[in-house]
Amino acid sequence: MSVHVEPIRVYITIFLALMGLTVLTVWAAFQDFGVMSNPIALGIAIAKATLVVLFFMHVRHSTGMTKLVVAGGFLWLLILFGITLSDYQTRDILDPPAAMTMPVDVPGPAHH
Amino acid sequence: MQASSHHSSALAHHFDSFEQQRESASLGMWLFVAQEIMFFGGIFTAYLVYRVKNPEVFALASSELDLTLGGINTVVLILSSLTMALAVREAQLGRGKGVVSFLIATLVFGGIFLGIKSVEYSAKFEHHLVPGEHFHFAPSQEEMDHLWETKGFTPEHIDRRAEMFFSIYFAMTGLHAFHMIIGMVILLFFFRPAWRGRYNADYHNPIECFGLYWHFVDIVWIFLFPMLYLIGRA
Repeated sequence: MSVHVEPIRVYITIFLALMGLTVLTVWAAFQDFGVMSNPIALGIAIAKATLVVLFFMHVRHSTGMTKLVVAGGFLWLLILFGITLSDYQTRDILDPPAAMTMPVDVPGPAHH
Repeated sequence: MQASSHHSSALAHHFDSFEQQRESASLGMWLFVAQEIMFFGGIFTAYLVYRVKNPEVFALASSELDLTLGGINTVVLILSSLTMALAVREAQLGRGKGVVSFLIATLVFGGIFLGIKSVEYSAKFEHHLVPGEHFHFAPSQEEMDHLWETKGFTPEHIDRRAEMFFSIYFAMTGLHAFHMIIGMVILLFFFRPAWRGRYNADYHNPIECFGLYWHFVDIVWIFLFPMLYLIGRA
């Protein structure tokens, strides 16, 4: 089997899609989506990264072994995030809320 | 696929075919990229932990970044990825001069990105937003009053949290820019073999692997842009 050469229009289309998603993420940043604003920004970034991986990095035509390594790389990243946050987000859970602010040794408000 | 005699020098003796050689090279490069994901992953985790702890001041500090320059750089870097993908495509088609043209374009876009980044960095030095002795973050009085009333933050609290944002900003963008500089140096070594017509449908693994590196650096920026420039804008 010979190498798969993508037509130029595939690359141009992906580039234009990436530009469109960039405009979309900037627009979305200025809208008040409340708690959904972070998932929206992250979702758009993941969509862009997926296009780059599949088309620019040719994973679409890669072997199963390569696809497994790609998926594994991102899976391990999620494990890193997940375990770290499950630690930091539960450290103060047994303490009263007053203990949740970082100790800073300065006296009261100095700006008045 | 049979290795014809004039191609045999490009096919290492331990591979049965060019296809197997290409797939092995890609797999190896992807293992390196997976390592890079974890390398950047550590600092992405630091960002995540500190932002979750300090969402208010992170959002305020993010607004100090230049959205126009950050946006232009996003476009420039994706353009460089497009030209890199097209350089690999020219290599697959055995068109050495096409490879050289698109590599030059990639180098130019990479240079524009780093130039704009340096303009941004120098503005941060001027505005005392570089972490260290002279760091000083001064949001509006209105913002400071609001953070005092809602969170009990003194100006010192705010300053320390903003300094953490900028520490992470410089660490992330600095490591990213360092990857680009390394990439641009490595890219120079492809001009000679490309010009001499060393790459073709059978053999283009080095430039394909370099493309994987360059696109990975692009992906890092695709995440850095919304994480650093776009929070707290609404």
